[in-house]
Amino acid sequence: MTDINITIIDRLGVKHTVLAPLDMSMNIMELIKSYELADDASIGVCGGMAMCASCQCYIESSHVLDDRSDEEEAMLSEAFYVKNSSRLSCQIPITIGLKNLIIRIAPEY
Amino acid sequence: MIKTDILIIGSGPVGLFAVFEAGLLQMKCHLIDVLPKVGGQCSEIYPKKPIYDIPAHPEILADDLINKLMKQCEQFQPGFTLGERAMTLEKLENNSFLVITDKGTEHNAPIVVIAGGLGSFEPRKPLIENINKFEGNGIEYFIKEPKDFTNKNVVLAGGGDSALDWAIELSSIASSITLVHRRNEFRGALDSVEKVQKLKDLNKINLITPAEVHELIGEESLESVIIKKSDGSTIDLKTDFFIPLFGLSPKLGPISNWGLDIEKNAIKVNNSLDYQTNIPGVFAIGDVNTYPGKLKLILCGFHEAAMMCQSAFKILNPNKKFLLKYTTVSGVKGFDGSHKQAPKSVVKTIS
Repeated sequence: MTDINITIIDRLGVKHTVLAPLDMSMNIMELIKSYELADDASIGVCGGMAMCASCQCYIESSHVLDDRSDEEEAMLSEAFYVKNSSRLSCQIPITIGLKNLIIRIAPEY
Repeated sequence: MIKTDILIIGSGPVGLFAVFEAGLLQMKCHLIDVLPKVGGQCSEIYPKKPIYDIPAHPEILADDLINKLMKQCEQFQPGFTLGERAMTLEKLENNSFLVITDKGTEHNAPIVVIAGGLGSFEPRKPLIENINKFEGNGIEYFIKEPKDFTNKNVVLAGGGDSALDWAIELSSIASSITLVHRRNEFRGALDSVEKVQKLKDLNKINLITPAEVHELIGEESLESVIIKKSDGSTIDLKTDFFIPLFGLSPKLGPISNWGLDIEKNAIKVNNSLDYQTNIPGVFAIGDVNTYPGKLKLILCGFHEAAMMCQSAFKILNPNKKFLLKYTTVSGVKGFDGSHKQAPKSVVKTIS
């Protein structure tokens, strides 16, 4: 299985196009952490349980993702700087359909 | 002044296990935690989530793990300073450390262990312009003394367990409770949601959804809040308190000014030896530390706690000989006079 490219815009606005593995059952939050594109303590605080919103990101490409789960929807309803394009990156598994996805990490809060 | 052998900053699983390991070596511990309860992330963020990688526990809920760790260390009678943030660390002339909290509580110990996880939890404040002005004058982010809200009008905001639980608890003592949430759905435990529904039907809780507290009004202290509903209408509500409960986010906080070597928001330690920091006598264990190959796992923190205690013992007792004891052989002697021990085997002749 080959890796795919995903573009992540960090909190300083810097664009990083990184290789995302399809076979490590990783999600986008873990991808951001593995490339150290955000301060470790500022993202994925709850470990990826949709319980803290520290990994909120905005989808900036036209990809159609699976709908938000109830848990994700509920957590986003308590988060700040939420837009229509907001997602919790820990709830987005890396799949072939995300090839060339562009996301922006939401401000730290 | 509180005096102890080992002062532990943070009462999460790793800090609590350190109490047990220290107790086996006859060292007494006192713990400071910014939260009003023990357990750290396990209690605050995911109490009802199962953990699957605690050795010998195929599955254990985070708050059960904390309860068991409290039970395991209780005979070593740890002291607690809860709901206070450790602000300063100062080395005294006798080589011991003085740690003072934001409430001014003084702690003195020859060994300081930072088991602070991701840092101290700070409330996530809603983005309302003048919110800082009313902090302590009508705005609270934690509820330490429910009694403070007796016969008061209280507005709570949030959709998780803490908002629901406090709405339920305060509804019996406050003059009025209003719960504001951005959605009609709540994220909390099902029985809490059902209880709030019942209290709403009994007019004990005034529920305003989907809506947000938009503005805060008052001279010196908070007098009313303007609530904006999702349809654009607004409600001007007189209140004594507004308590936003939007969760907590961890910040390394004051610890970062203690002169410790910090890398990537974590404290650098010597992992080939004893998890001591660059300040002799100050250790860092669990998620708060970093070293090559660090894994932020509870089980790794337990190992670090045991290693730290061996080294702390040598600092406290420089000339004393000792050998690692197995609890299966020596049992566990508590500071409360208790002595747990394996029963002696019965020797019987077969004739």
